[in-house]
Amino acid sequence: MDAVFSNFDEYLKAFGLTIGLFVVSGIASLVLGTILAVFRVGPVSVLNKAAAVYVTLFRNTPLLMIFIFIFIAMPVLGYNFKFVEGIEIGGWNVSAFFFRACLALTLYTSAFVCEAMRSGVNAVPLGQAEAGRAIGLTFAQSMNLVILPQAARAVIPPMTSVLIALAKNTSVAAAFGLAEATATMRGFTNNNADQRIGIFVAFAIGYIIVVEVISLSSYLVERKVRVAR
Amino acid sequence: MTAQETAPVSAGRGEPLVVLSGVQKHFGQLHALQDIELTVKRGEVVVVIGPSGSGKSTLCRTINRLETIDEGTITLDGKDLPQEGKALAALRAEVGMVFQSFNLFAHKTILENVTLGPIKVRGMKKEEAEKKARELLDRVGVGHQAEKYPAQLSGGQQQRVAIARALAMEPKVMLFDEPTSALDPEMIKEVLDVMVDLAEQGMTMIVVTHEMGFARTAADRVVFMADGAIVEENTPEEFFTNPRSDRAKDFLGKILKH
Repeated sequence: MDAVFSNFDEYLKAFGLTIGLFVVSGIASLVLGTILAVFRVGPVSVLNKAAAVYVTLFRNTPLLMIFIFIFIAMPVLGYNFKFVEGIEIGGWNVSAFFFRACLALTLYTSAFVCEAMRSGVNAVPLGQAEAGRAIGLTFAQSMNLVILPQAARAVIPPMTSVLIALAKNTSVAAAFGLAEATATMRGFTNNNADQRIGIFVAFAIGYIIVVEVISLSSYLVERKVRVAR
Repeated sequence: MTAQETAPVSAGRGEPLVVLSGVQKHFGQLHALQDIELTVKRGEVVVVIGPSGSGKSTLCRTINRLETIDEGTITLDGKDLPQEGKALAALRAEVGMVFQSFNLFAHKTILENVTLGPIKVRGMKKEEAEKKARELLDRVGVGHQAEKYPAQLSGGQQQRVAIARALAMEPKVMLFDEPTSALDPEMIKEVLDVMVDLAEQGMTMIVVTHEMGFARTAADRVVFMADGAIVEENTPEEFFTNPRSDRAKDFLGKILKH
């Protein structure tokens, strides 16, 4: 493990990028997935079908294929996302690589978020929506004020699984020029072939910590929002 | 509520408020509502009774369009029910609804349940809505439970909160869809008392129920439904002592024997 300890800053930077990918695409997936789920359960048939097609398309496609499409096919079609390189957030320049990776992860994960959300919405008794409508709430109000807050409670366990999968799926970006944890691990093992096992263990521990933080936070959130029925 | 506040409710008493005309509704093969003609006047208390599956709940739910209808018209205060969108939401705000299963918002406190509509739909200020909600909760006898969550209350208390929630919108008409059917016998009375109270204050009410006692004491008119059609309409006295149709005789014979 000497290779890891003597380059610990690189190790931390690698996991920093992994967490960056996770946080950015996680938030984007939650937002996009929730919107899709509202379309899926909503009364407008066009939006309903569009969201269903989206879920079918992205849930049934391997993540690696989505990455290949965005990193290799899109630039050929003229979309290289270089325009994001001018953007600076907190002294850190957004790279087109990072943006593309987040885009791929978000497109893929939001399909799963949508379905997890939908299962949560379906777990809220129909009477709650009817009561909301009966006092004059519009569809959007009854979603925001009545259904989604209750769906969120039912949705935490499946959503946690989706987010954990996302945290580990960020490793696919290793194959596309991002020096996140898995790519850095490969670099370490190439340079220190005699320490392979130690390096693997060190990076596995890193991933375990990231995932444990996610599941622990979900447990805390679940306890906080639990409501008797 | 003071006499002044109830005045607008009883004003114009006797004018048609809810009018159903030629209403048809199908659930697949089932003809759930057959050619329904029903006029409910302002201030009137109409009790709808009938065997299970006779379409009485469906009838109740069509009036605030929780169920759509296939044919016919329903008007409220002279205006057709809007099809959807904001206009429909606005209409529903004018029609109070009390459900069999209470349907209080499980993630909100009792007070929040009652203030949600006035704040979000009527745009009322929070303090004002809370003051009014506490008055209403006191009136239905659950004022001291305001900070609790629905699951912490008994069924009877929850149903009384549901009535307060509907009243907070100052509806023109209140619909009750079997409000006591999910309650223990001893809780039924506390809910019925609130409803009788409301009826006496001149609220227009359409009540689907199996409580014949309530129909006798509070109803101006009893509507008897069977197989999706209105079979008989009469004053409670006439209906219970002297039913005209065989279907009603049969029904009353079954329920009044015990």
